[in-house]
Amino acid sequence: MDRFSWSNGLLEINETLVIQQRGVRLYDGDDKAKMDVGAVLLSTHRLIWRDVKNQVYAKIVIHLHPAAANKEPGPYQNSKYSYIKLSFKEHGQIEFYRRLTEEMTRRRWEEKPVSQTSPVGPQAGRTRAVGIVGIERKIEERRKETDKNISEAFEDLSKLMEKAKEMVEVSRSIANKIKDKQGDISEDETIRFKSYLLSMGIANPVTRETHGSGTHYHLQLAKQLGDMLQAPLEERGGMMSLTEVYCLVNRARGMELLSPEDLVNACKMFESLKLPLRLRVFDSGVMVVQLQSHSEEEMIASALDSVTDKGSLTAEEFAKLLGLSVLLSKERLLLAEKMGHLCRDDSVEGLRFYPNLF
Amino acid sequence: MSFEWPWQYSFPPFFTLQPNVDTRQKQLAAWCSLALSYCRHHRLYTLDVMEAQESPVFNNKKIERKLSMEAIQVVFEELRKKGNLEWLDKNKSRCLVMWRRPEEWGKLIYQWVSKNGMNNSVFTLYELSNGDDTQGEDFHGLEEWMLLRSLQALQTDGKAEIISMDDGKGVKFF
Repeated sequence: MDRFSWSNGLLEINETLVIQQRGVRLYDGDDKAKMDVGAVLLSTHRLIWRDVKNQVYAKIVIHLHPAAANKEPGPYQNSKYSYIKLSFKEHGQIEFYRRLTEEMTRRRWEEKPVSQTSPVGPQAGRTRAVGIVGIERKIEERRKETDKNISEAFEDLSKLMEKAKEMVEVSRSIANKIKDKQGDISEDETIRFKSYLLSMGIANPVTRETHGSGTHYHLQLAKQLGDMLQAPLEERGGMMSLTEVYCLVNRARGMELLSPEDLVNACKMFESLKLPLRLRVFDSGVMVVQLQSHSEEEMIASALDSVTDKGSLTAEEFAKLLGLSVLLSKERLLLAEKMGHLCRDDSVEGLRFYPNLF
Repeated sequence: MSFEWPWQYSFPPFFTLQPNVDTRQKQLAAWCSLALSYCRHHRLYTLDVMEAQESPVFNNKKIERKLSMEAIQVVFEELRKKGNLEWLDKNKSRCLVMWRRPEEWGKLIYQWVSKNGMNNSVFTLYELSNGDDTQGEDFHGLEEWMLLRSLQALQTDGKAEIISMDDGKGVKFF
């Protein structure tokens, strides 16, 4: 059964373009069609495949019913398949499929254009409601109306996502410009803008949809984290607790939030991917992400210096001194104690650390 | 002569039992030494644990730090292992403090005996610990239980023999 018809590519009255996607190969059933890779356009009435090179148009009917007898001729005389396939070479299949199913539900091609007079079929809303047929018709109309409303509502959401994509593109281009220092932006503004970018969202967040679940997903996620966390880690002296990382990352993503398990699993892969980050677990159970370049000896030596300098320090005082969180500063002091550089004074006044003079 | 406190006594962490094993060892060694020298200075031969917590040894009012009961027990156990302490009761509420071990006392007494050419003499215990002759000696004022143990140590060494007398015990030195 042949489902293809040639077309001149012009849209009919009331027919509008819904979405188009490049890089799509056409298959008649399982056979590669005589067409090469081109673009597929979804309109309210039909599916059009366009060969980009030769500008030849083909009208396609996807559904499995046999084509109407008065169908215009197309590239095939007849075909043994009752279905066709579209191969999306440049992605976009998810969005395209969604629009297709939407259009299938809305069936806008069934709505007759005002100017066209057609002898076939009843004209919607024109005939008077008579008897049971009339009631049935009214119910049908109401259903169509509801369908239309739902579709329209989703249309807004689709439009919003379109806009979001544009926004992401804009912010990405500006980010690149800042990187290349092509703009006339001061240091201060650069820093501010960088923080806006982070809070607004990163482009193309890795989601389960595009990369599946399981190890592959975590691998990709780990790579993305590796890029993302470089700067914040350096600002914070090379170490961040996992909860801080979780908050930062999810705030940046906005949508498609990460679960704690996914974050931990991704972080566990840093080493195997040879990324410059490490997940580290302290004796107390606290988990942190630290830069590989972060030197433990240096940290402890500087901790010892600070404590010796001030005579003694509590975890809170140390945190204030370094600008670290209390949790991390306590871990550092405990580590120095474990190494024998510090000793503790535990009293009703609290826990203080002294240089180990014993 | 007033007692001289070691530097650790003014160091607040000294009064907290250190979790780091190496640090703790050094800390306990310092505590043992301090406890023993304090007892030696004040000629204390027994200690009551409850009283000890309030005694200046384990309680430095100036820096407002004191050793917890748990820590005191740890220090005492350490002393016991070294042979400087003996519990008097099962509840571990009182103990004998031997800031000098019986063997060491025995040696001192024997030296004094030899120095004065009193070998082969017989003494009562009282004479040794409280006699005029022993005034100024370290072992003067030694409590009887300690003296007895010291002499027993000498006896084991074959340098003395404890003998029973009418109103108590005595010792003959060889």
